[in-house]
Amino acid sequence: MDTLRVLIVDDEDDFRETIVKRLKVRKVLAEGASSGIEALKVLETKDYDVIVLDVKMPKMDGIETLRHIKKLKPEIEVIMLTGHASVEFGIKGMQLGAFDYVMKPAPLNELLDTIIQAYNKKRGLPH
Amino acid sequence: MHERNYTKLWWRNCLAIICLSVVPLLFVAISLYSLFDGIYTEKVTETLKRTAENRRDAIDLFFNERIAQLYTIANTNTFAALSDETFLKKIFEVMHVKSNSYMDIGVIDDEGNHRSYVGPYYSLLKEVNYKHEPWFNATKANGIYISDIFMGFRKVPHFIIAVMVREKNTSWILRVTINLKNIYDVLQVDLVGEGSDAFIVNNKNVLMTQPRSGGYYLEKPNYPDFSSTITTNAGRRNFEAQESFYASTKISSTKWVLVVKEDPAEILLPFQKGRYLMVFFTISGLATIVLGAIIFTNVLINRIRQTDQEDASKSDMLIQANKMIALSKMAAGIAHEVNNPLAAIAEVAGWMKDLLAEEDIAKNKNFTELDESVDKIEQQVARAKKVIHNLLGFARRMEPAKEKINVNTLLDETTGFLDNEAKYVNINIEKKYAENVPIITNDLSQIQQVILNILNNAIDAIEHSGTVTVSTRYHEKTDEVEISIADTGKGIPESNLGKIFDPFFTTKEVGKGTGLGLSISYTIIEKLGGRITVESKAGEGTVFTIFLPKN
Repeated sequence: MDTLRVLIVDDEDDFRETIVKRLKVRKVLAEGASSGIEALKVLETKDYDVIVLDVKMPKMDGIETLRHIKKLKPEIEVIMLTGHASVEFGIKGMQLGAFDYVMKPAPLNELLDTIIQAYNKKRGLPH
Repeated sequence: MHERNYTKLWWRNCLAIICLSVVPLLFVAISLYSLFDGIYTEKVTETLKRTAENRRDAIDLFFNERIAQLYTIANTNTFAALSDETFLKKIFEVMHVKSNSYMDIGVIDDEGNHRSYVGPYYSLLKEVNYKHEPWFNATKANGIYISDIFMGFRKVPHFIIAVMVREKNTSWILRVTINLKNIYDVLQVDLVGEGSDAFIVNNKNVLMTQPRSGGYYLEKPNYPDFSSTITTNAGRRNFEAQESFYASTKISSTKWVLVVKEDPAEILLPFQKGRYLMVFFTISGLATIVLGAIIFTNVLINRIRQTDQEDASKSDMLIQANKMIALSKMAAGIAHEVNNPLAAIAEVAGWMKDLLAEEDIAKNKNFTELDESVDKIEQQVARAKKVIHNLLGFARRMEPAKEKINVNTLLDETTGFLDNEAKYVNINIEKKYAENVPIITNDLSQIQQVILNILNNAIDAIEHSGTVTVSTRYHEKTDEVEISIADTGKGIPESNLGKIFDPFFTTKEVGKGTGLGLSISYTIIEKLGGRITVESKAGEGTVFTIFLPKN
């Protein structure tokens, strides 16, 4: 698990920072990015296994960010974070190559399960 | 919406119809009436004119015959012969055989002396000298003379016809007195109606005969002056303040004018009947128009009122629909805005729990209180999450997108999402697509959400090892595309089958399902113009069938 690198992309600081902290407690190498643009910038220098991407963000939304990520590094698995009002973006994300979507607010364990499944898929393990 | 004044509209419409129909009806009635009136008056005056002329001709003939007779007697006998009263009496008797119109006969010499006389007033008239009588001089001047009616010595109305004869150096006159009855016989024959009358005036408008309605010989009649008639006149004039039909004609052998009069009340009786009939028809026509206008207007106004009400309720519905759209947009907005802080709260609470787990329970006297408080925060977050979920179930996109959808392709794609998951639990997804399924126009992502939800349910129902059969069909009759998803799972007990689309109904463990999936699916499909049905047998499996309209 020590090698599982996750990038959380969300513009809500409290949410993002807390998730990162909680994932770190669970031995996940989690980092945060507060926008799609920042995430793409970070991706230029760093590599991740799974990216958790909020669909609703200012300037560049999750769907657009996903397109860029899939173009830039298609091997990275992406999980879409949606609100109840934006489930269709989750589905849209899956059509564009996202691994799955998770509805906010979700218990951390559910998110972590999905992250691990995505990681397993990336590694070619059953998921 | 502006409320119509139906009473005012009713009156306006009703009066407009009545006016538009009554005006032509009255126009026809009045023109028919005046036409009829004109024709009838013309006919009546024409008839009256003919009557007057017939009577005139009869009187003229009478005069001419008398004159001819006198003329013959005067010229076939000598003055000397006729002066013999025995001979004259013989002649008078012969004249009387064929005509009783003569009252007496006399022969008057050049000096105005009665040379012979036969008649009832012998003693009175025999010695009379006529030299200064106007008729004597007129006869001498004209040769033939017909007098006006006069009273004369006898003091009874009569008139005379005199013929002058020239013999050698002298002249003499043969004179007869004519019974007025003969004139009356011709004049007033066949006067039936009470208002009918016939009389004669001379050129000075003095009565020569007495009208039936009153007036005396030699007096002025109470009627208009017809004495100046030259040929024949006819028309309507006031007789004693009552309008009557008249015809006046000049008797050519005299200076007299014959007048025939008819009372319009009698002569116009048939016309009057026609008029009553016309008035009756006009009034019944008017009544029909008024009744028709009222009935028609009632129907019309009711129709308008109904349409207005329909319009009003339509616009009410539109307002309601707009309200719902606005409300759902607001609900979605609120849900989204509240969701993010809620997620943050949940995460922070989770983090607190993580931290508490590392604390030493013995050293921290408030540990239990803190732990319970964080639990409560998490419970309340879960509650708020449900509220938002409900709100969104209601707010689910109100305006569906319109996209061209190939249903078979959509199913391939959607099942693709679940292929791995299915394989993992040994579930085979079988596809039985019909080839004639047309492209439909609808909201792709919403349909996909529903299909995904049902497929997930199918997989959950099977749990391990089984088959999910996805099939499509096209119903030409109803122009619908059918998507059927059948599983070989545990099925739904009959008692639950009626409730599965109800919100919050779930058989899953607490926390595993919200009970909203099928409810939302149902609402979405309804909103997209389709329908969703379910068949199930406990222990055998469940079939969900979605019907979507082609357009």
